[in-house]
Amino acid sequence: MSTDDARKHTIAVLVENKFGVLSRVAGLFSARGYNIESLSVGETLDPTVSRMTLVVHGDAFIIEQVIKQLHKLIDVIKVTDLSEEDHVEREMLLIRVNAEPAARAEILRVGDIFRAKVVDVTATAYTLEVTGEETKIDAIVELLRPFGIQELVRTGKVAIARGPKTRLRKVEEKLGKPKSAAPAQPQDPRVVGFAD
Amino acid sequence: MKLSGARIVLECLKREGADVIFGLPGGAVLPIYDVLYDFKGLRHILVRQEAAAGHAAEGYSRTTGKIGVCLVTSGPAATNLVTALQDALMDSIPLVAFTGQVPTHLIGNDAFQEADNVGITRSATKHNFLVKDGNDLGAIIKEAFHIAGTGRPGPVHVDLPKDVLVKEWTFEYPETVHLRSYNPTYEGHPGQIKKAARAIVRAKRPVLYVGGGIISSDASPELRELVELTQAPVTQTLMGLGAFPMADPLSLDMLGMHGTYYANMAVHHADVLVAVGARFDDRVTGRVDAFAPDAEIIHVDIDPSSISKNIKVHIPIVGDCKRVLSRLVEAVREEMRTYPQSGVREARKQWMSQIADWKRDFPLRYEWSDEVVKPQHVIQEISTLTNGEALIVTGVGQHQMWAAQYYRVKHPRAWCTSGGLGTMGYGLPTAMGVQAGNPGRLVINIDGDGSFQMNSQELATCFEEKLPVKTVIINNGGHGMVRQWQRIIYKERYCASDLGGSPDFVRLAEAYGCTGIRVTKPSEVVPALEKMISTPGPVVLDVWVDKHECVFPMVPAGGANIDMILAPPSVDVRDKAAKSQTGF
Repeated sequence: MSTDDARKHTIAVLVENKFGVLSRVAGLFSARGYNIESLSVGETLDPTVSRMTLVVHGDAFIIEQVIKQLHKLIDVIKVTDLSEEDHVEREMLLIRVNAEPAARAEILRVGDIFRAKVVDVTATAYTLEVTGEETKIDAIVELLRPFGIQELVRTGKVAIARGPKTRLRKVEEKLGKPKSAAPAQPQDPRVVGFAD
Repeated sequence: MKLSGARIVLECLKREGADVIFGLPGGAVLPIYDVLYDFKGLRHILVRQEAAAGHAAEGYSRTTGKIGVCLVTSGPAATNLVTALQDALMDSIPLVAFTGQVPTHLIGNDAFQEADNVGITRSATKHNFLVKDGNDLGAIIKEAFHIAGTGRPGPVHVDLPKDVLVKEWTFEYPETVHLRSYNPTYEGHPGQIKKAARAIVRAKRPVLYVGGGIISSDASPELRELVELTQAPVTQTLMGLGAFPMADPLSLDMLGMHGTYYANMAVHHADVLVAVGARFDDRVTGRVDAFAPDAEIIHVDIDPSSISKNIKVHIPIVGDCKRVLSRLVEAVREEMRTYPQSGVREARKQWMSQIADWKRDFPLRYEWSDEVVKPQHVIQEISTLTNGEALIVTGVGQHQMWAAQYYRVKHPRAWCTSGGLGTMGYGLPTAMGVQAGNPGRLVINIDGDGSFQMNSQELATCFEEKLPVKTVIINNGGHGMVRQWQRIIYKERYCASDLGGSPDFVRLAEAYGCTGIRVTKPSEVVPALEKMISTPGPVVLDVWVDKHECVFPMVPAGGANIDMILAPPSVDVRDKAAKSQTGF
């Protein structure tokens, strides 16, 4: 069973923040022969819950199986295919590029266009920080390549649904306070977790 | 209450209603065995190899409906157990398996008898736990039993570091479990059930295809109700045998690679196929695009990931077989009141007469011989002598398929076989567990000479623990199924499929303190079986059968079910089989 509509899907997964969860998810992909293009994990507002963003390439049939198999893992709370709804995706890049005196101005100009920040400078190199969609990251890498890239690292994609209250957010709220005593949320009014 | 971790483990087992543990001690779990020394109310059965503990727990679980428990030590014991865990995972058998682990401060240190147990069992279990804090022990074991027994059942592994077992902890056993991330769906969607009922009532050529899910959820009564109401014929998977009595006129028996002609033909020509608790395994479907090509497929399963995995399903219903079937019966009854049956009555009559023709023209058959024992004959006689009332366990291979074809299973939970994983050596240890869970019942292990030798050491357990398992070895002097494939697909290039060096099984049985009987002639079969059944204690019946016999019908792997081979292959059939073969 396969169809020709293979494309990239961005999948958000809420999981119990327990040891071994990452390897359960990664193991599922390797065991069933699915490819993960990128994966990022971090805590949510509730420290007992982590959120993973997975980018997977596949047709509708494969993606349906991926979602069902993820659900089947005991520690997985919620799986959402963000590609099915309006959402924002971002990736961050740190890149150290050769910066000979003659090239320094040009590198900064390219950086400006891409709203990159210089986060480290040496006599011979700049380190830039850029965030944006995948295509933007790809573009700046290509523009900087002629100068000589010493090293680069990408975070992998993170993504969030647009709109006042997303399905995932509702689940996070419904989960409420975990049974075990979680550290109290900071009362700082400036801490605004999600866009609502 | 403060208790040692080891005592907490056993207290938890008692509270879960466990009465038997299958196990084998070793350094890391000695604290548990020390408590077990004078612990009341738990029978420990000492196996001879750890996989046998797992298989025994499987047999116990499948036939009693309870959760099987096994306990082994760290490292090599845990790795030995993995086969049984994967076996239970594929066949949805609920187990809780405990392994020992090196003390927490040594984990990751390459300590003696250390292995990354939870890492290794992660993909072979429904879920697993490494207990790092003994205060969690009660809650973890409660969760383990909950996860193993609910939803789609399966094995759960709990890894117990030695220091956790030795130290004292506060023991609290939670009354209930709530896991926010695990909430299986039991009730089927009413709209979907209604849709299914409409399709079933309007079907001209319906077939029910039922699997192990019926057994797991004890849904046989509901299934029979549905069959009585709809008069639809029923085919069963290897794991489902016993879900519906095979002697019933509406039974089509097993389908798939070695299924009956009439089951495969009926499924192929069906216009509505109702799959309940079955998962469209490749051994059932054959080539998927040729499986039930004209049917509207209804699929009831508790595991959403089983639905539309191999075959596109038109009406999926996620839920527990028992509950969904009982709702479906109501819905069908309701639908029948409003829909005039006259529209399909004639077509249904034709369908049943077509099936009757298939059954009459192409029954299961083999050629009789006065000289050499035919394996099918042995199994037929077991079926007749026991009237289908024995608890049957099989190994894996030709004998397993013959047992599935020729033993008429009457009841659910009376048939144990390694369906998904196809684990050779499954027979004897599983039969042991079946016997432990069903004292006084007749337990027969139909085994092969190859399969039996993978776990024959368990005769010692049978003898010591007074488990009177009767083993019938269908002895064809080799790996019969391998030989069959080499004959049909690999142009008779027999390689490594003969077992010339097998021991004398009669003397082997006697060496273990069991009774051994040999049969070499067809006329001896019935008296020997009678003697085996009436002899107390474990018995090994070594039956020398025709080594050239093959299992038919046979669908070559990757072939379509309607292209099944019905008789010993002529050359052109063999060529056809070789062409459609895509892998073992």
